[in-house]
Amino acid sequence: MSYIDPCAHCEEMMQPYLDHVLTEEERVEAESHLDDCEQCRRRYRFEESLRVYVRQATTEQMPAELRQKLSALRIPLD
Amino acid sequence: MSAAVTVADMSESEDPQRLASEARDRVRFEEDALALADQVYRVARHIANSREDAEELVQETYVRAFRSWASFQPGTNLRAWLLRILTNLNIDRGRRQQRAPQMQALEANDYYLYDKLADDGDGVSDADRVVERLSQDDIVTALAEVPHDFRDVIVLVDIGDFSYADAAQILDIPVGTVMSRLHRGRRILKGALAETALEEAQ
Repeated sequence: MSYIDPCAHCEEMMQPYLDHVLTEEERVEAESHLDDCEQCRRRYRFEESLRVYVRQATTEQMPAELRQKLSALRIPLD
Repeated sequence: MSAAVTVADMSESEDPQRLASEARDRVRFEEDALALADQVYRVARHIANSREDAEELVQETYVRAFRSWASFQPGTNLRAWLLRILTNLNIDRGRRQQRAPQMQALEANDYYLYDKLADDGDGVSDADRVVERLSQDDIVTALAEVPHDFRDVIVLVDIGDFSYADAAQILDIPVGTVMSRLHRGRRILKGALAETALEEAQ
């Protein structure tokens, strides 16, 4: 059996872990490695912060004129 | 009701009660759709290539939605329904042209950005401080550079908060494809962000 680098495996699980789509078994496995490995823990934390930051940075208010234009598109009642 | 009543007699145009109820449904639909405009715009802004394109795309989406409101099934996800119209329009209108992707080298691994910045010599270990080196513009620009197939999925899931299943339905692709594009797309985005952050550090 070939050796699997636990940190490389943990990296593979990071995105699905943060998306909450791992199976229960996989989640437990990831968390058990995270408990032992500070480096991976930091990297996960970084990924989480990055996602929040990307989300904040890309959130733009809709221009007020656009809202008015959209309302004007409504089909008038006869 | 007599069997002699014909289909023509029952037609919508001749039934004032039905007309009134339909008008009420339509008004409610329009109000519900307009209440989601902020969220639709938030996604459109990054699916389209510019603010102007996004505004146009949202308007076209609402024109089409108001016209075909009757095909929306009440009780299903209206936001996903609107975004499906929007992504289809975006493809139809040929707005997906984009410079050729040239970022295969940047899609190194998931830890690329963190490792690049954390290893940068100044001993930065706090994730927030690393992230703060990237301006809002850096992020918006880096996202715009991600090829469309990947970007659409990132925008729907990470900015629009759609589930994998909703994103799959909106883009008409299998859930497995959503997942693989999402994972690769995020790596590409992080590669682009790492390049930007390193350029700024120099």
